[in-house]
Amino acid sequence: MSEPTSNHDVTLITGATLADGTRTDLLLRDGRIAERGTGLSAVGATVVDADGLLALPGLVDLHTHLREPGFEQSETVLTGTRAAAAGGFTAVFAMANTSPVADTAGVVEQEQSLGERAGYATVQPIGAVTVGLAGERLAELGAMASSRAEVRVFSDDGLCVSDPLLMRRALEYVKAFDGVIAQHAQEPRLTVGAQMNEGALSGELGLTGWPAVAEESIIARDVLLAEHVGSRLHICHVSTAGSVDVIRWAKARGIPVTAEVTPHHLLLTEELVASYDARYKVNPPLRRAEDVQALREALADGTIDVVATDHAPHPVEAKDCEWDAAANGMVGLESALSVVHASMVATGLLDWNDVARVLSATPARIGRITGQGASIEAGAPAEVVLYDTAATRPFGTAALAGKGVNSPYLGLELPGRVVATFHRGYATVLDGAVLPTEQVAAAARRAARSAEVER
Amino acid sequence: MRHLLSTKTLTRDEAIEILDVAEDMAETQFREVRKLPTLRGKTVVNLFFEDSTRTRISFEAAAKRLSADVITFSAKGSSVSKGESLKDTAQTLAAMHADAVVIRHSASGAPQTLADSGWIDAGILNAGDGTHEHPTQALLDAFTMRKRLHGERSRGRALDGVAVTIVGDILHSRVARSNVWLLDTLGAEVTLVAPPTLLPVDLGPWPATVRYDLDDAIAQRPDVLMMLRIQSERMHAAFFPNSREYSRRWGLDDERLARLDPASIVMHPGPMNRGLEISSGAADSPRSTVLEQVANGVSVRMAALYLLLSGDREESTRV
Amino acid sequence: MSARTVLHEADIARALTRISHEILESNRGADDLVILGIPTRGVILAKRIAATISSISGATIVSGALDVTMYRDDLAKHPTRAPQPTTLPPQGIDGRTVVLVDDVLYSGRTIRAALDALTDLGRPRVVRLAALVDRGHRELPIRPDFVGKNLPSSQAERIFVRLTEFDGDDSVTIEGSGE
Repeated sequence: MSEPTSNHDVTLITGATLADGTRTDLLLRDGRIAERGTGLSAVGATVVDADGLLALPGLVDLHTHLREPGFEQSETVLTGTRAAAAGGFTAVFAMANTSPVADTAGVVEQEQSLGERAGYATVQPIGAVTVGLAGERLAELGAMASSRAEVRVFSDDGLCVSDPLLMRRALEYVKAFDGVIAQHAQEPRLTVGAQMNEGALSGELGLTGWPAVAEESIIARDVLLAEHVGSRLHICHVSTAGSVDVIRWAKARGIPVTAEVTPHHLLLTEELVASYDARYKVNPPLRRAEDVQALREALADGTIDVVATDHAPHPVEAKDCEWDAAANGMVGLESALSVVHASMVATGLLDWNDVARVLSATPARIGRITGQGASIEAGAPAEVVLYDTAATRPFGTAALAGKGVNSPYLGLELPGRVVATFHRGYATVLDGAVLPTEQVAAAARRAARSAEVER
Repeated sequence: MRHLLSTKTLTRDEAIEILDVAEDMAETQFREVRKLPTLRGKTVVNLFFEDSTRTRISFEAAAKRLSADVITFSAKGSSVSKGESLKDTAQTLAAMHADAVVIRHSASGAPQTLADSGWIDAGILNAGDGTHEHPTQALLDAFTMRKRLHGERSRGRALDGVAVTIVGDILHSRVARSNVWLLDTLGAEVTLVAPPTLLPVDLGPWPATVRYDLDDAIAQRPDVLMMLRIQSERMHAAFFPNSREYSRRWGLDDERLARLDPASIVMHPGPMNRGLEISSGAADSPRSTVLEQVANGVSVRMAALYLLLSGDREESTRV
Repeated sequence: MSARTVLHEADIARALTRISHEILESNRGADDLVILGIPTRGVILAKRIAATISSISGATIVSGALDVTMYRDDLAKHPTRAPQPTTLPPQGIDGRTVVLVDDVLYSGRTIRAALDALTDLGRPRVVRLAALVDRGHRELPIRPDFVGKNLPSSQAERIFVRLTEFDGDDSVTIEGSGE
């Protein structure tokens, strides 16, 4: 029997609507959904009125760049997880292209504890596939798997594991601990100096092209490798119709490949590049309308398994310049749910159950993370987001909660609004505002202590 | 005209206007006093991030003949080579009250970024951005063609029905792009000739015919044959095996010159690789317009500066 | 808005004939005369004057055009103006008597610009000014040598010159508030 917990960690959410349409109350206590039903009450609990709001399991991002250690001018674990919470995320997988690179147990453990201390979301580090992302030798994948960070996803994202032999070895090696290699598919020799999608528009604008075949050929090679060695494979940020075709073929053959798509690749096309506005510069680049359509259909039919943001913050001066000199990347945590809402739900391609699947349950499963992605039921971990589906808002810098303001959606009207986010039973966002750092850090410490006590 | 960034956005009337004003400017070059007071007191900054003596001198001459003050800023040894951003450079020029900025930059789109940024209020004139556009080059090329075709009666005329064939590295050429859009606007028929590796992958939207064979193209009897400079470094990126093969298949040698229609003209934006894309015989023949292009460049740039700076800038819309 | 015609076709013809005689008289003949009109209508008037002088004197006097756009001092206040051609007679202007011709003389700034343009073209011995209409309100110390008609006007009024070669008929009208 546990000690009675203090009042501020018992929350009663009333009148929320679940993805299947049922109205329900949720009682969050000791980091779990203690009860689910109607007419619930709890003495001394903080009451959150969720009338008219949709309750989804906390979102899980399989692809985020938190930039710490090394690039703290762009983002830190603290600011990045604040951005995550603002977007309804309760867990983020942090990519390894930090400085130093996350290719040892030491760095991944450091990232994980920074996340625990900040308390806004679970930070699950991703380990590099190769030492220093140099593409030459395998990193200590086993050590990272056995570390406190329990790394299961490995990626050189930012760079492609282009050497076929190295990719084969990596795929084989991680089978020992149920790991998965997440490939950034970009044949480097076909994309030297590439600035935008290769096609009619790149020819006109005088920008070096990034041909679709550079992505598709790597995916084709890797699915066949995965088949040959009997290993799981995950493809990051799929961006072309051709890639979708290859993945569909691979799945039909029974190859254990999973794939992700970013929100921006579900909504934006290369036409935006004609302005030479570097907010639209991203890798892989924005593509044609036909690609956007194919990606939407693939997400709807399950060929693409998850949406992952590829949140990539940059300092202002890295985007406030001529195109060639600008950095690649867009922030995406705060806008992800709204963009999926606009591109997939409003168009009838996904319902809210599907959204929970592609933004919570499936990423958690692929990443082998526990305590996340579970359905909203009694006994499940208290990871919940409350979302107002009826709101529309002009998306401005006020909606951004991290350090980066390089969002392509500034000035656009987006549907929906995250009203509240709960992580380990305590609120990280309430009334649409991210809660203060000290308050959340204190709640995180209490939650950690009570989890210790329960053990 | 608020800015001159590209030929793609010029209407037919706007293009003819620039060429006609260039006629007036050209005439002043034959007077005793080759100077006009029109832009007195205006400051024109030549912002050249890429080395280019010829274009830079041409713009300098153009601005000075209109009595403007010229400040030249070239990248080597400047604050830019020490890492100063385009934004900071622009704001420095704005603080010095530049009225016009003539910019040459290696990044496609840099002039547009400068014009849209709000860092500086000056008129922006694109003197070549990456592989994107070089509008005054295309304008001086069109002026040259018009003058050779119509002589004293060029004013008000376009290039309707003129067959222009452009040969060379189309993929990397801002001169080719600006010419294609402008020539189409002026009613000319454009053919592009290059090895397939030096053509953009999708030429669907381009108002031009594409050929791989130069001899075929010459047999079509073009009125104008424009040769573009080839950079031999491209053979190291496997665009073509070596200079010899390129020259044999796509070079204008004396034998091909002889097969050209006697009335056709040969053009080259310079600088030329004699013996590579163009033979000395071709370059020096009376059909070659290379030197006129240089002279016409000053007149056309005078016209561009005049149209950019002389009128009420608040009222003009961007070109 | 009331508009009244102050010069009809016949009045204009008489005025130009008189001006042609006055030019010949003041120049003591037709030698070294160069008649330069300021575009657009000044050029037409110059042509007519040159033809009249030729027929009176028996000499062949050819007219030309002097475009002053590049020399104006008010370019920045208006949308960009396209220049017109400048054509000089083959013998040039050095050492000659240049008669500038314009349709309406008003502030005098156009003529100031014309004088600057002339200076860049050569060195005439003497420069004279002929205007079909002088409407007053000079802003510079410039005066015409030969005038068709003095038309005192208020600055609120507008004066329109029509010439057959350009407008289809010959007339000078004044339009504006008041009488």
